[in-house]
Amino acid sequence: MKHPNKSINKECSPDSCGCQNDKPDGFEQKLNKPINRRGMFQQLTASLLTGAGLVNSSCSVTATDDKREKKQLEWEEYFKGNYRLMSDNEKQDTVKRLERLYELNNGNHASISSEQPSENVLFGYAFNISKCQGYMDCVNACVQENNQDRNSQMQYIRIHEHQNGQINFDLADDDFYHEVPAAGHFYIGTQCFHCENPPCVEVCPVKATWKEKDGIVVIDYDWCIGCRYCMAACPYDGRRFNWATPEIPTEEINKDQHYLGNRLRKKGVMEKCTFCIQRSRKGNNPACVDACPTGARIFGNLLDPNSEIRWVLDNKKVFRLKEDLGTEPKFWYFMD
Amino acid sequence: MSIIIQFVKDGIKSASSGNKTYHLWMGSLTLLMILGAYAYSVQLKEGLTVTGMSDNVSWGLYISNFTFLVGVAAAAVMLVLPTYILKDIDFSKAVLIGEGLAVSALVMCLAFVTVDLGNPAKAWHLIPFIGLFNWPNSMLSWDVLVLNGYLFINLTIPFYILYTKYIGKKPNEKLYFPGVLISVFWAIGIHLVTAFLYAGLPARPFWNSALLGPRFLASAFAAGPALIILALEVIRKYSEYKIETKTIRKISLVVTVAAQINLIMLFSELFKEFYAPTHHSSSAIYLFFGIGDKTALMPWIYTSLALNIVATIILTVHLLRNDLRWMNLALIMLFVAIWIDKGMGLIIPGFIPGSYGDIVEYFPSWVEVFVTLGIWAMGFFIFSALIKIGIPIEIGKLRFQKKD
Repeated sequence: MKHPNKSINKECSPDSCGCQNDKPDGFEQKLNKPINRRGMFQQLTASLLTGAGLVNSSCSVTATDDKREKKQLEWEEYFKGNYRLMSDNEKQDTVKRLERLYELNNGNHASISSEQPSENVLFGYAFNISKCQGYMDCVNACVQENNQDRNSQMQYIRIHEHQNGQINFDLADDDFYHEVPAAGHFYIGTQCFHCENPPCVEVCPVKATWKEKDGIVVIDYDWCIGCRYCMAACPYDGRRFNWATPEIPTEEINKDQHYLGNRLRKKGVMEKCTFCIQRSRKGNNPACVDACPTGARIFGNLLDPNSEIRWVLDNKKVFRLKEDLGTEPKFWYFMD
Repeated sequence: MSIIIQFVKDGIKSASSGNKTYHLWMGSLTLLMILGAYAYSVQLKEGLTVTGMSDNVSWGLYISNFTFLVGVAAAAVMLVLPTYILKDIDFSKAVLIGEGLAVSALVMCLAFVTVDLGNPAKAWHLIPFIGLFNWPNSMLSWDVLVLNGYLFINLTIPFYILYTKYIGKKPNEKLYFPGVLISVFWAIGIHLVTAFLYAGLPARPFWNSALLGPRFLASAFAAGPALIILALEVIRKYSEYKIETKTIRKISLVVTVAAQINLIMLFSELFKEFYAPTHHSSSAIYLFFGIGDKTALMPWIYTSLALNIVATIILTVHLLRNDLRWMNLALIMLFVAIWIDKGMGLIIPGFIPGSYGDIVEYFPSWVEVFVTLGIWAMGFFIFSALIKIGIPIEIGKLRFQKKD
C-alpha cells in the first residue's frame, strides 16, 4: 500500500525528464522498488488499463507540468485502498491529493475534511408531518450543500404529497408543480434513513459502503464499483447513482467538503444523503434542517438525553416507515 | 511442454479452418462483436446514462441476460450427471458439448456483469485479497466466487480429457471423477446463489420468495438442455460427429420434466400473487395487468406465458416430442419463453413499482441492445471454436504428431 516515493514533487519536470541523474526516473519510481502483492497487481493492471495513455502524457515533453501532475495524482488515487482501512496518514495523503486535484481541475481551493466520528454521538432525525408544508426548501438546500449533479437534477430528499385520510405512498404525488400547501393534502419527506441495520451495507460486494460509529451510512466514492446492488437492496429509495458525469457550475460548488460527504463525485458511482457529514461532524445541523422554514425537521444526538431529538422520541408518538423489514431506521415521523 | 504448445497450435488451426458456411458464421459473429464493442465504448465514454436504466429501474437487460445465462451454464450438469456418475453411455457424446456450452455461457455471464458496472476500471476491488471482498455477507461476492470456480472446473475437466485423448491416451477416471462430482453440486450452487442474490432482498417483495431458487433451477434445466439439443442437431448435421437420435430423445425428456415442474411453480406463484393480492403483489399486478396506462411489460409476459405453455404441451405429448421437427420448434419456443421470463418477467418488474409506489417503466436503449448482441455473439463464437477443437479430438481425427 505504501509508496516509497510518495511525494508528487519528485516527479520530473519536462526539461529534466529522463536526462538528469539526481532525480529518480520513471523506472526508479515505479518499477525498481520493493513491492508487495497489491503493488505487483498495480504494476500489472497499470500497463493494461492506463499504460499507453499515461506514458503518453507523463513522459511527453509537450505535456504541461499541471497535466503531468494531474496524471500522477490520478494514478496514485486509482490504486489507493478503501477509506475505512486507511491509516490516518493515508487519509491525510488522499485528502491532500484530492484537494490538489480539485485545484488543478477548478482553479480554486476546496477543503476536504476527513474528520472522524466523535465519541458518544449517534445521529438521529425526526420529521414533523404536521408542520411540513411542501415548500421544498430542504430539497434545494440539500442539492446546493451536497454538490449533486445539476444535469439530472439529482435529489436526496423526496417530498410526497398525500391526500388527507390515508398515508398511502402509492397514491402520493412526489412530483407536484403547484402552490403549496394544497388544500386537503399533507406532506411527508423521505431520504436515506441511516438504518441501524442497513440492507444496502450488507449486500455491497466490496465494502464500499458502511455505517460509521456515529450512525451515518456512508459511501467511499472511490471504492464503489457501481454495481448498484445497494440500490436494489434499499427499501426506502435512499440511494442515487451517477448515470453520467455529474456537472455543477464552478461558482455553485460548495467548497467545504468531506471525504465521505459532499466532495465531487465521478460518473458510475453511488451517492446518498450523509446527514451532511461535513456539517454534522462539526456540530451543525444538516442543510435540510436549517433550511426548513416551518421547523418540521429535527436533528440531533440520540445519546444526548438533553437533545431535541430525544425530547421528540420521549414525548411524541413516533413511527418509522416499513418497520416490518427490521431495518431500524434512525429517522422517525411524528405529528403534533 | 512442447506438446501443450502443439496442442494449442492444432486447436487454433482446427478452430480457424472450416468450410464457407463456418467462416460466414464466424465472420457474422465477429461483426456483431465489433458492433457491441463500439456500443460499449459509447457507454464507457458517456456513462450508463446511455442505457434505458434509471434510479428507479437500476438493473436492466444486462443483469437479465446474466441471470438467464447462469442457468444455461448450470444446465451442463444435466448431462454431466448421467454420463460420469450414472455411466449412461448415451449422454457421453453430448457432455463435452454441454461443458463447452457452460464455458461459453459463463464467459457471457462475466461479461454481462462487467458491462453493467458503472465503474469497471475499479473492478479489481472485487478480487479477493487484492481488493476488499464482502464475503460471506454479500451474495454478489458469493456469485463472483462460484461463477469463477465453476468456470475453472468446466475448463480443466474437458481440457484434461481432450488433452489425454490428443496425445493418444485414455483419460484416467480417478483423476477427473472428483472434479466431475464437485461440478454437479457446484452447478446447482451457482444458480441457487444467483437466485439468492435477488431472493435475499426484502426491499423487493417480487423477488423475496423462497420459490425463486427452485424455480431458477427448473427453468434452467429446461432452457439449458434445450439449447444443447439444438446445438447437437446442428453439429450432427454439419460434422462427422455421430450423435444418435436416442441421445437427443433422452435429453429432451430432461427438458420436458424440467419444463413441467417450472410451469407448476409458475402457477403456484400466480396463485399466491392473485388469489389474495396484498401490497406485495403490486409488481405482479403491474407485470400482468399494468397499472394505469403503464403496461410496457404485458406483451412480454403474455408472449412468454403462451410460448411456455404451448412448448410444454408439445413436449409432454410423446407423439409430438418424438417428431424432431415438433420437438425443435418446442425447444426454441421454450428457450425464448424462459429468456423473456428471467428478464422482462423477473428482473425488470422487481423494480416496478418503486419503493414508494412510483411507476417508471424501462425499455432498453440501442447501446444496451448492441452490447447484449455483441456478448451473445462472443458466446456463440467461443462455443463454436471450442466445438471445432473438441470434435476432431473426440472422433480421433486430431492427434498429436511428432514432427520429424
